Amino acid sequence: MRSTLVNATSFKRGLAALALLGLSLPALAQTSVDDAWVRATVPGQPSTGAFMKLTASTDSKLVGVASNVAKDVQVHEMVMKGEVMHMGPVDAVALPAGKTVSLDPNGYHVMLMGLVKQVKEGEHVPLTLIVEDAQGKRENIEVNAPVKALTTSGESHDMHDHKHM
Amino acid sequence: MTDLLTRRQVIAGLSVLSLGALAGCDSSSKLNFKYGKDMSNEILGRTFRLRDVNGDQYNLSSFQGSMPMVFFGFTQCPAVCPTTLARAAQIKKLMGRDKDFLQVIFISLDPERDEPKMLDAYVKAFDPSFVALSGTLKETAATAKEFGVFYEKVPMGDSYTVSHSSTSFVFDSRGVLRLGLSHSLTAKECVEDLLTVMEVC
Repeated sequence: MRSTLVNATSFKRGLAALALLGLSLPALAQTSVDDAWVRATVPGQPSTGAFMKLTASTDSKLVGVASNVAKDVQVHEMVMKGEVMHMGPVDAVALPAGKTVSLDPNGYHVMLMGLVKQVKEGEHVPLTLIVEDAQGKRENIEVNAPVKALTTSGESHDMHDHKHM
Repeated sequence: MTDLLTRRQVIAGLSVLSLGALAGCDSSSKLNFKYGKDMSNEILGRTFRLRDVNGDQYNLSSFQGSMPMVFFGFTQCPAVCPTTLARAAQIKKLMGRDKDFLQVIFISLDPERDEPKMLDAYVKAFDPSFVALSGTLKETAATAKEFGVFYEKVPMGDSYTVSHSSTSFVFDSRGVLRLGLSHSLTAKECVEDLLTVMEVC
């Protein structure tokens, strides 16, 4: 053991600081997930959305999500063109180093399609996020997202909310 | 003397009449809304006929005497639809003792997948007073056209999603279209404009 052993928190903080300095740390990319939640469904409703805040320590992208509660999981983008809401799948969501990216009802979000059962408030839904760093190295992040009421209103979309560990 | 009285009565009567016209129920008058769009000069939504979960038919006049707020969506919509429904529920709460005057009506743009029972449960989860209506594909298309609502199926693998207009349409208690509320407005902003509609009729 080296005497420079530091606790996990300060190690992460150091990483974030290094990332901000523009140093590349390909093997040590970290992505934090905050405030993840899934919208509850009514019986028979075949799909729902998952929402969260992602902060990557180095330039990365979210390239996929998997879950055992749905047959098909896709990352979608909602775009308003005038008064018309357009939706569709995206290949990836960019996660610039140190920037908190919101997956919320007003923009990018995870679609859980072909639900195998009703998703009820108070339960938890396991999600596996696949994040790829600038070097193409992939990392799986396991998230256990709580299910919130169907009636939960959309959060504001502050894309520049710096929230480091 | 008698003559004078009569004239005075006539003038009083006239002013009451003109007050009545000013206070509203004049379908041609334009309204000044702070946030929403004045739609008083547009005629939309007069002939649709759709059904609720029990198969009962509804048209605009079914809601006469209330202030109907109509918007379109589908239950597999993760973003705008639940947000707009949640906003509608919040609007109702903010309206206090006038809340029962507002009648929220959600019209499905995806009748193939929005099975009436599920649609009704979905909409009523936000507020039990909300009404969910749907029709056949043809009736849905005709209703959307009548409201000037754009919608389009977007294929996605072996499934699809629906792009659609997100405006909420507000009618006065006589069934005259008054106000268009954008998806981006807050519940509080909507309430201010809804109170203007209520003052009119």
